[in-house]
Amino acid sequence: MLYLYWGKTLHGMTRGKANMVNTSLTDPLGAATAGPGLAKAPTGIDGLDQITGGGLPRGRVSLVAGSAGAGKTLLGLEFLVAGARKYGEPGVLVSFEESAAKVALNAQSLGFDIDGLQRDGVLVVLSFEVEPSQVITTGAFDFEPLFLLLDEAIRRIGAKRVVLDTIEVLFGAFGDNAVVRAELTRLARWLEDQGVTVVVTGERGEKSLTRRGIEEYVTDCVILLDHRVRDEISTRRLRVVKYRGSAHGTNEYPFLISAQGFIVLPITSITLDYGASEERISSGVDRLDHMLGGGFFRGSTVLLTGTAGTGKTSLGAHLVNSACSRGEPALWVLFEESPAQVLRNMRSIGLDLQKWVDAGLLRIWAARPSAFGMETHLAILYQLIEEMSPSVAVLDGVAGLTHGSPSLESASMMARQIDLLKARGITTLVTSLGHENEPSTMIVSSLVDNWLLLRNIETNGERNRLLFVLKSRGTAHSNQVREFVLTDHGVELVEVYVSASGMLVGSARLAQEAAEVGAHVQEADDRDRRLRELRGRIAEQEAHIVAAQIRLAAERAEIDRIDLRERRLAAVAKADWSTMATQRWADPVPSNGGQQ
Amino acid sequence: MSQPRPQGGGTGTAAESGQTWDLRLYVTGQSPNCLRAIENLRLVCEEYMPGRYRIEVVDLLENPRLAADDQILAVPTVVRRLPAPIRKIVGDLSDTERLLVGLQVRPPAVNAA
Repeated sequence: MLYLYWGKTLHGMTRGKANMVNTSLTDPLGAATAGPGLAKAPTGIDGLDQITGGGLPRGRVSLVAGSAGAGKTLLGLEFLVAGARKYGEPGVLVSFEESAAKVALNAQSLGFDIDGLQRDGVLVVLSFEVEPSQVITTGAFDFEPLFLLLDEAIRRIGAKRVVLDTIEVLFGAFGDNAVVRAELTRLARWLEDQGVTVVVTGERGEKSLTRRGIEEYVTDCVILLDHRVRDEISTRRLRVVKYRGSAHGTNEYPFLISAQGFIVLPITSITLDYGASEERISSGVDRLDHMLGGGFFRGSTVLLTGTAGTGKTSLGAHLVNSACSRGEPALWVLFEESPAQVLRNMRSIGLDLQKWVDAGLLRIWAARPSAFGMETHLAILYQLIEEMSPSVAVLDGVAGLTHGSPSLESASMMARQIDLLKARGITTLVTSLGHENEPSTMIVSSLVDNWLLLRNIETNGERNRLLFVLKSRGTAHSNQVREFVLTDHGVELVEVYVSASGMLVGSARLAQEAAEVGAHVQEADDRDRRLRELRGRIAEQEAHIVAAQIRLAAERAEIDRIDLRERRLAAVAKADWSTMATQRWADPVPSNGGQQ
Repeated sequence: MSQPRPQGGGTGTAAESGQTWDLRLYVTGQSPNCLRAIENLRLVCEEYMPGRYRIEVVDLLENPRLAADDQILAVPTVVRRLPAPIRKIVGDLSDTERLLVGLQVRPPAVNAA
């Protein structure tokens, strides 16, 4: 029995894309899910089923308390509709406040087809419009007709779920007396005996959970819904006050009532079991990728803070552009500007994002922070993510979101937004007007993996943008500052000059660059001249060498010539001597004498 | 609406004021509360509006769905169908004063008008 129910619960929880969050949350609340012998009936509201570890206690009575308009009836309806449609558990709704027609109409506005469910025999709506002014009590009575009706309806459709909305109306009509209390207790026990899981709703009281204190004797599980408005911004909260025999999340969780019904968003960051990708994706700015050791890790969260006009949106546009260029869907949420305005502005720095919008890759959603409460912003984000499963998301100008309300709430809401994206492995860039030392920024910053800071510095009568990488988890990132330059072909990061007189940026950097170019020219000139001189001298020396060689050759030639003449003369002399001797008839002369 | 099933306690038309009390008593079987209520109602009617009342007793055990149709949560319940407006008096009717207030029988001067 237990196993079967748990199987259903799991089935319910692993629906859709939220399964990563769901399964992850079951562990910290392990006691809730594996509680001995406590079967649970899933509500079909993902977040609530996570918090309660699987749903409401099966076969028991749960109380949903809250002030008027807190969403009690809706929660009950969802419980019934989910039971009827998803979990094969027909249900009975007993409404003490609205007519059956009104119930159907209200439910229809939230997408529940009450009439259809009734036709299909999986839902029975019993309604009693109890008008206290019409009723007078005198003497003993009981609620036997209610028992009879419930019994008949439960048997007729095989109901497993019953919702009594709002049971306290009975106190108003029949008096807050022992009879009514005894009857309600009897009703609760009787319903439990029927094996049905029951939700009763109750009005929030001033001092106790409910006005009539029914939580004291009716229920095993109490869920409190709260709808508070602070600083003109409404927030809905849900808290599991009590859950007999089961562990449960005890925090206040924001929830919202959307066109898709009840959405509860548990904080999933308590689990901290996101996958960690080794893949790097480009920020769209080459030098920035280089500073970060190759880009952002896929699925990481980047916080970009900076004062007004430092180029935050432009950097976001680059990330979006880069994702779309890779064919990945991107979501761009703008809290400060209209889509048309941003598209125009980005064209001025050479980014044509309209084509990605046309191609269906880029989804831009813009809304003033004050347009809705934070929970609604969160819900819209949730819906957008569900709809388009982006690979990259840019939340632009979240500072506007946080300034409207106390920083703790806004920070916690930011945390949820970041969480929502992170849990789905979406690479996220959050740009904020915040400063480093602002409390909200500090809370958010602990959630992000990268923190880039854009800062204006004012020097020499001009403001220039500087980009710092304050933190980058898992990355040997550059500790250097880069100058952030917006050009007509996008964002560029440029080295800053660090000189004895400080950092040089903007014009000073340009001047320095020009000076360096001049110095280069001068140096080249000097070198050329020196080379020319040396070459000249070499040429000169070479000429000397040639001349000397010529002289040398001439002198050698002279030597040869003299030598030759001597031999000729000797030969001639010898010949003369022979002739003379012949003429004189002289004695032969020894060859070695008398020649000169 | 179920067909009226008049029981005992004679029907009659009001002689003086022309006012008829059309009452319907919802019960679940023969529970002590219900039996007491039937008895108490008859006594009061006989005393304060003799001959000018009609009592119809509806047993919800026979047809539980009537409770939803007629918006009956508790038993015993007396519904004053006439004179208008509709009034509901819940309980075994043991407190005669409250029953009279509920039926708006007193003060007679006002009601007799």
